[in-house]
Amino acid sequence: MQSTTHAAAGNHRRWGKLWRATVWTVMGFFLLNVVFMILTVMVNSVATRWFGTLLPEGLTLGWYGRAWDEFQLAHILVVTLEVVASVVVLAIALGVPAAYALARARFPGKRLVMLLILIPMLVPPVTYGIPMATAMYQIGVGGTLAGVILSNLVPALPFVILVMTPFIEQIDPGLESAARIFSANTFQYFRHVLAPLLVPGMLAAGLLVLVRTISLFELTFFTAGPDSQTLVVALYYAVFSTGVRAPQAIDAMAMIYMAITMVWVLIALRFVSPTQLVSRVKEAPREA
Amino acid sequence: MSAADLAMAPRGDRRGWLVAPAVVVLLALFVYPFIYGVVISFQPMDGGSIWANYIHFFTTSTEFNTLWATFKLAAPATLINVGMAVPVAFALRRNSRKQRIVTTILVIPITLGTVLIADGMLTFYSPVGWFSQLVHGLNLYSQEVRLTHNYWGVLISLVISDFPFVFLLTLSYISGIDPTLAKAAGTLGANTWQQFRLIYLPLLVPGLSMAAALSFVQTFAVFPSAILLGAPAGPTRVISIAAYEAAFEQYDYGMASAIAIVMGFAQLLIVCAIFAFRRAFYTGPATSGKG
Repeated sequence: MQSTTHAAAGNHRRWGKLWRATVWTVMGFFLLNVVFMILTVMVNSVATRWFGTLLPEGLTLGWYGRAWDEFQLAHILVVTLEVVASVVVLAIALGVPAAYALARARFPGKRLVMLLILIPMLVPPVTYGIPMATAMYQIGVGGTLAGVILSNLVPALPFVILVMTPFIEQIDPGLESAARIFSANTFQYFRHVLAPLLVPGMLAAGLLVLVRTISLFELTFFTAGPDSQTLVVALYYAVFSTGVRAPQAIDAMAMIYMAITMVWVLIALRFVSPTQLVSRVKEAPREA
Repeated sequence: MSAADLAMAPRGDRRGWLVAPAVVVLLALFVYPFIYGVVISFQPMDGGSIWANYIHFFTTSTEFNTLWATFKLAAPATLINVGMAVPVAFALRRNSRKQRIVTTILVIPITLGTVLIADGMLTFYSPVGWFSQLVHGLNLYSQEVRLTHNYWGVLISLVISDFPFVFLLTLSYISGIDPTLAKAAGTLGANTWQQFRLIYLPLLVPGLSMAAALSFVQTFAVFPSAILLGAPAGPTRVISIAAYEAAFEQYDYGMASAIAIVMGFAQLLIVCAIFAFRRAFYTGPATSGKG
């Protein structure tokens, strides 16, 4: 390493300061854009008329009622609830046993199974969604609630397995031996030993899947019929038809969507770290 | 039976069957539709060669150009996202309040999704929205600010929706690097820039190429924002729009599947290119220097 004189060190500190200032300015600009973009939606949803001025001419809450009626939000919210609840329950019910097998058992074809679980996480929904929707329309579940639930299961199930496998791996295998000594079979071991220990992990996985399913657009968009639209798909159609509907009513609907999502995100963030919301493939669990 | 016995359980352990229901579901919902898509992509609607759908895609300029239109959005978006994520994640590598605040704000755009971002952007960046009011108020630009219904709208939406994802991924890689390595370099006289350049960057490369590959694949599949914020008939007619139109407007499912398969191949190619690039310019530890 070269010897640094005082002047060079001072020079370096100045550059360091300038660099840090640049980084924070760019980041601050980005965050402000995000925050004000959301504020725009908020303000517009309660605006009587807002065009080219800093603030709207007046405030009203009327758009929420209009959005509720015009977009049939009651029905859409019921559908959304049905879809999200079914996806979470099915993904947990199928995913947790699979994660247990991957964490503890050795069986032929394990690598292949791992691959089958990773690929749906890596391929974006638009890419596989179109052939999937086609196949669903072919067998008659396309355009129905069942079709929407099944299509949303494709990214949700691998996600649960990937979250739960490391979680199960860190549970002491000695507990299983102990249960076996007292002649518990696999089901009894699951029911009385493993399940209680898994609750925190299942809660986290369930919340993550819930948040992701509420905002997953593409698969629902491709497979939903007129009666099986979820909130995010209905929002898309509303934004798409901006000329027809009042923008304030659309933003009121967007606010309802945002409020529902954010409540669940805040609940989820009590149990998981922000990184877990995104890192679908941070570390593929290695073969035991 | 002891823990060691369990670990040496015979191959074909019966507990392995617990994976079967999940495998069946994924085979039925993911693998079967994929195979079905491949098969029908070789059955063109109006007869002809089995390659007719693919030939049509690669010889019709409006279809073929979607590849280039998508690339023109995905490549800059990925570069911006990774380029911004690295310095910010480096500055926030230590667990601090600042890190928590930034990550919490960034979770918002991720969880809200592209449709809501598109809706917000349509008002915020519109020629009469707050953003252009600010630009005009500061006299930065005298003409009308046009950032929606064109290329720029889609690019901005890709940065807003994908940067947080790349950033959180990069942050988790960077905070996984043992800080004592940099401290040791510091005692030997390396300044922050040298620590970054010689310690962090080499250890980050594997993670960064992963983040870049994921970001590219995601931005290459841009769909709702290209319609809502772009010019879906013109410069932002991306490949997913072409596939969507073939399937749900022309009801040509074979053609739609062919386009989806081309899209998947393009994504695969770029990912391979990113990893080949990494291999050509960098050899080092395959895992980040954890603990």
